[in-house]
Amino acid sequence: MKHGIILKSDMDQWFDSLKKRGKVYGPKKKESAFVFGLVHAFKEMSLSYIPTILPPKKYYLPPKESLFKFKIKPYEAAKATTAFEEFILFGVHTCDIAGIQCMDVIFNENPADPNYLSRKEKITIIGIECLDYCDSYATCASVGTHIHKGGYDIMLTDLGTAYLVHINSEKGEHLIKGKKYIRELDLETRKKWDKIIEEKNKKFKNEFKAELPEVSKVFEEGFFSPVWEDVGKRCVGCTNCTAVCPTCYCFDVIDDVSLNLSDGERSRVWSYCQMDDFARVATGEDFRPGRGPRQRHRYFRKFKYSVLKYNKYFCTGCGRCTRTCMAKISLKETVNGLLDEKRGKG
Amino acid sequence: MSADQDPKDILKNMPYEPMQAKIIESHPLTEWERFFRIKLDNKKELGHMPGQFVQVSLFGQGEAPISICSSPTEKGFFDLTVRRIDSGSVTPALHRLKKGDVVGIRGPFGSSFPLDKMQGNDILIVAGGLGIVPLRSLIHYILDKRKDFGQVHILCGCKTPKDMLYGDEISTWEKRADISFQCTVDRADPDWKGNVGLITGLIPGVTLSLKKTYAVVVGPPVMYKFVIIELIKKNIPENQIIVSLERKMRCGLGKCGHCQIRNVYVCQKGPVFTLVDLKEMEGECHEGECRAK
Repeated sequence: MKHGIILKSDMDQWFDSLKKRGKVYGPKKKESAFVFGLVHAFKEMSLSYIPTILPPKKYYLPPKESLFKFKIKPYEAAKATTAFEEFILFGVHTCDIAGIQCMDVIFNENPADPNYLSRKEKITIIGIECLDYCDSYATCASVGTHIHKGGYDIMLTDLGTAYLVHINSEKGEHLIKGKKYIRELDLETRKKWDKIIEEKNKKFKNEFKAELPEVSKVFEEGFFSPVWEDVGKRCVGCTNCTAVCPTCYCFDVIDDVSLNLSDGERSRVWSYCQMDDFARVATGEDFRPGRGPRQRHRYFRKFKYSVLKYNKYFCTGCGRCTRTCMAKISLKETVNGLLDEKRGKG
Repeated sequence: MSADQDPKDILKNMPYEPMQAKIIESHPLTEWERFFRIKLDNKKELGHMPGQFVQVSLFGQGEAPISICSSPTEKGFFDLTVRRIDSGSVTPALHRLKKGDVVGIRGPFGSSFPLDKMQGNDILIVAGGLGIVPLRSLIHYILDKRKDFGQVHILCGCKTPKDMLYGDEISTWEKRADISFQCTVDRADPDWKGNVGLITGLIPGVTLSLKKTYAVVVGPPVMYKFVIIELIKKNIPENQIIVSLERKMRCGLGKCGHCQIRNVYVCQKGPVFTLVDLKEMEGECHEGECRAK
């Protein structure tokens, strides 16, 4: 089966069957925002949500991840665990799935990263299709991530009283196998689905003032643009934008020693190019001084460097950086600012 | 998965786990720099080329990227010279280690000086301060394969005579007839009988055969700009001017992001670059590193 239908009233029992496969993490309401967290029952989740504070990145590139354990005296290094548990990410937006696809490119590149790849093998991804904008900060249409393009095992589309179940992998197939309440898509429901997608497509419009090839071009020409000075003047260097980004993967490597002063652990921890010591070497030289150049670097890693290297935009349009910015720096405005400047309206 | 790697091999490969190694010799060179001769416990050669670096691990303190200062023509060990940075954690602890102590080594990482291209050409080496450390690897290599290279000029500069590294070796280089060696200090002391002044002052006096000279420059960022101006005046083509850049290499695997200059991960594509490469990184190089306009 490629496309199935499940009634919303049957979601509880399907969800319970999923739990047998491993832990399930999904979007949950937390005060005024949403977060991905451990879910025990379908009703705990809020499937109509704006992007979570942190993307599901925290499960496949944890904020702190053990690389190996060591003993100082006598010198000993023990292999880190690479045997991870199976788990399911439920209700992932297509922008965050696009973020996972970006990470796959990075950590598969030679020299490949065993930690990431071992973890990734164990993930089952059940996405949920967005039928409207989350809010005005999202720029998913500009990068085309409002439409799913693979990278998931199952995609759910809300059809009112039921969900369309798009099975995209063997893993996904396995999750619906033998479930009599998931029936094959019929012609009538297909028409309803087509209508819903038609309505959806009317709602999403490129949020940038130009198509991506032109955006990439203004980045090429805009390295010394005053836009970066302006952004730099407003940035407070809090690093929020990089912490919440689904495609930021920079890290630092640190050692922790236990109280016996001999056993310890080396870990990698998230690190942010917006920190003032990110590019500062031991002798004190800072090779990327200033918040303007640091913000520019962040933008270039999303719209230019990844395009040159992997032919892939590393902005997923999720809007988290704009939503979280304490200085109200907007990704949409910054990119449009560069476009305006090029067109002489700046 | 990458096409050239078996998935199972990737998962067996532990790129963060260092190789165990022993310090077989260690002595101070100056007040701040210390020399270490290191042997890998697996009895294998490090397999480096001049210009590359290793990550030195001291468990509990962390890792630091350190240039290799011996040549691959020297077998059974490799050498490091480490400046102690008191605000850091790895280098002060490293300075306290003695012969027989164990360290962890990852690497070698990064690009090397383009020896294939340099062979058969004249070589001008310009070393400022700690820049002599990675260049010692190149100098040893050239001296061990002396007939593979044309004329060899070595210019070396440091702040004061007591900051000079490898003094004993330098006096043997000075005596050799098959290379020309000159040294200068910014500030002399009463015993100093050599040149006084910036290293840039030595360049005009070197007689070079234009198109067949490769210049290799390593020093502090501020030095590059002025040395490069002099080299351009000597009409050395930009693809024959080689530099090595200092950056914050954390993982050595082109992932962690700290050493990035524009689209380039210095730990992978660098630290050795030509002046032509640096032009692509315009705007993110230290102003001293980029060619003066």
